[in-house]
Amino acid sequence: MPNVLPADFADLEPFADWALPSERNRYDKRVSSTMVELQAFYDAAFPRLDDAMAYLEQYEPDELPEDGKRLLWLYCALVTVSFPVEVWRQPRVPDSGSTALNAILEPAV
Amino acid sequence: MPHFTKPAEGSWTEHYGLGTGPISYEDSITPEQYERERDAIFARTWLNVGRVEQLPKVGSFFTKEIDAARTSVVVVRGTDGNVRAFHNICRHRGNKLVWTDFPREESSGTCRQFTCKYHGWRYNLDGECTFVQQEPEFFDLDKADYSLVAVQADVWEGFIFVNLDHSNTTPLRDYLGNLGKGIEGYPFQELTQVHKYRAEVHSNWKLYIDAFTEFYHAPILHARQSVSDESAKLVEVGYEAIAYVIDPPHGMVSSWGGMAPPKDLNMVKPIERHLRSGLFGPWDAPDIGLDELPPAVNPTRDPRWGMDSFLFFPNFMLLIWKPNWVLTYHYWPTSYNTHIFEGTCYFAPPKNAKERLAQEMAVVSFKEYGLQDSNTLEATQTMLESRTASKFPLNDQEILLRLLHKTAQNYVDQHEQRQSPALARA
Repeated sequence: MPNVLPADFADLEPFADWALPSERNRYDKRVSSTMVELQAFYDAAFPRLDDAMAYLEQYEPDELPEDGKRLLWLYCALVTVSFPVEVWRQPRVPDSGSTALNAILEPAV
Repeated sequence: MPHFTKPAEGSWTEHYGLGTGPISYEDSITPEQYERERDAIFARTWLNVGRVEQLPKVGSFFTKEIDAARTSVVVVRGTDGNVRAFHNICRHRGNKLVWTDFPREESSGTCRQFTCKYHGWRYNLDGECTFVQQEPEFFDLDKADYSLVAVQADVWEGFIFVNLDHSNTTPLRDYLGNLGKGIEGYPFQELTQVHKYRAEVHSNWKLYIDAFTEFYHAPILHARQSVSDESAKLVEVGYEAIAYVIDPPHGMVSSWGGMAPPKDLNMVKPIERHLRSGLFGPWDAPDIGLDELPPAVNPTRDPRWGMDSFLFFPNFMLLIWKPNWVLTYHYWPTSYNTHIFEGTCYFAPPKNAKERLAQEMAVVSFKEYGLQDSNTLEATQTMLESRTASKFPLNDQEILLRLLHKTAQNYVDQHEQRQSPALARA
């Protein structure tokens, strides 16, 4: 399969399925993943966070190339996944039961 | 040990004369009281339904479902550039005029006129009926008699409000009072990067406002959101506001905010350290042309200030954060024990994709906290409805809860007196 992320981030290609364009999809993927899967993604992506920030800082959001957009979404997913990994030790927010708080409006990128 | 000075009376609650006894939650657990509140409050006060940025040009419109007033309104920018609102009903046979796919869902867009899906009656942006299909088939029909039913609409600092009561002649700006006037000039128009969230919450609308107008709960309910040393410290210290300002029916709480940026980087989670962002927003505040805060924001000019929460009665909260961003909350009742919650984050447009990522951190933090808050409310509602306890003590940091419940009851009582003065006297 061809690479979908910027060349410098080829090591994250195995996690490219996290590059989802909406927060709702990223959250859905988080709560349907196991902690082992979330930890694996975090362990791969977190050490590259500063590199990703340096890359993203070069572009206005509207001017991101397609692979750059996917890198932004992938790191938005890292933000979503940081809560279970750094705080909750479980995919869901504890005691959040059936509660849903859904994004109904988000910036295009 | 107090960290912030209280008024001479010894407490904020006594200072504002709101009574110090336990309160009842009987006002949050019955269909009957909800019916009274619908009529006395939601059908009669100014309600914030959106922002002017949602209506960028002539013909831009959005609809707002106001279930508590049993109506839907369509808000539109007219050919003269003014914002108008109408009940969302076709004058022919009552079809909902503007909707897409699902009649109960909100809709938005741009149009030159409104055309009813049912029989094709048309209305211009001023609400005038301009076309009736097969008009000669009707009997003495004068289109001028069948304009859309107008709703009072006005704009304050870019926030669009409607008032469904024609007899309520209080201008919006007067209604928002000194707290509203004291915020004027804040550059809301610079904060056009919007993330909006919605939840269906199984509690009375007032219970969520209760949760968001006190921070007494924060060190406990949200304990695990801080790193563990910091969390223990927060529990030990508890919560004290810098100040409360009450200008009935509205109120605000001014809070400290050491987390944007934190004094010590070890106080926050690893991802926050790298992204320089968290619940309090991105730490590096954008320039939004704010030379000095308006007088009602950080009213005591405390250098420790982090955020102010304003409650504009009945259901609009405005949170202004030190790093130049804003969060709004709306609570739209759908029954005595359900409501729709909306949380909207407003940021300056990010200059680059790294700033966009930092904003995502703030938005997702808001969501994680919000999810913790929402479910607690259902737990509270179910037990309040058990009526196994009837008196609930509130502390001084819960003063805005007293204000909310007392104000709601006052509106109900005053409305009933107006409806039947003789009955009220007896």
